[in-house]
Amino acid sequence: MVPIQYYTALAVTLFILGAVGVLIRRNAIIIFMSIELMLNSANLAFVAFARVREALDGQVFVFFIMAVAAAEVAVGLALIVAIFRTKHNIDIDQMNSLQG
Amino acid sequence: MLADWILFIGLALVAVGSALGLLLSKNAVYAALNLIINFVTVAVFYLTLGAPFISLSQVTVYAGAIMVLFLFVIMLLGAERLGSGATLPWQRPLAFILGGILLFEAIYAILTRATGAGVPDRVPATYGSPATIGELLFSVYLLPFEVISILLLAAMVGAIVLTRKHDRAR
Repeated sequence: MVPIQYYTALAVTLFILGAVGVLIRRNAIIIFMSIELMLNSANLAFVAFARVREALDGQVFVFFIMAVAAAEVAVGLALIVAIFRTKHNIDIDQMNSLQG
Repeated sequence: MLADWILFIGLALVAVGSALGLLLSKNAVYAALNLIINFVTVAVFYLTLGAPFISLSQVTVYAGAIMVLFLFVIMLLGAERLGSGATLPWQRPLAFILGGILLFEAIYAILTRATGAGVPDRVPATYGSPATIGELLFSVYLLPFEVISILLLAAMVGAIVLTRKHDRAR
């Protein structure tokens, strides 16, 4: 069994890659996918620590996070579609006014 | 033991490589496909960590449902190549530098400070199986489970309301 800190290091690496993705990309959909990447890396850390402690609560939390992520994706993509309808663009640099 | 390491390092390379592919690909569809590879790799990590139920939920919910939704929206909007122009020229190198510093610090802290926590080599055969997870979900975590159902209902209604076409005058 690989020691747990390597799993943590991998989760941190994926999280930071997701954060860098949010910073460098201007396409709202790709920024959203980077957020999913960050959520997923948190899930990996949860499952790894659950394995160390031999407790299942971490896995149940991952289950809840997945449900929240699914809800978030549904609402977020609906928002992106609504913004695209009004602005015909999903470049986040164009979304600088609250009024459509 | 050696097989564990080979599996871990190979999968970790695939995971990090597909995450980089998500960051750097110009086409949003390729980014989505890279993210699917990443999700499936993480699902295999869950299998090695003794979480078969979570692993298969990951494949169905993330790699299946969520990414189908993403691909659907990308193709609905024709957004493959939208928003490629960077308005702030210094933002991209600065993001990479700051991310690199943070990554270095975090890896250093994790690999030097953390003592090798003894991961138990063997876990009970029922660990992470659907039956035990379900038992936990419907006993200790019953209230959060019900709250999740309300959350999903609210998200469904919200998505429909947001994407509805405004036929009447506002």
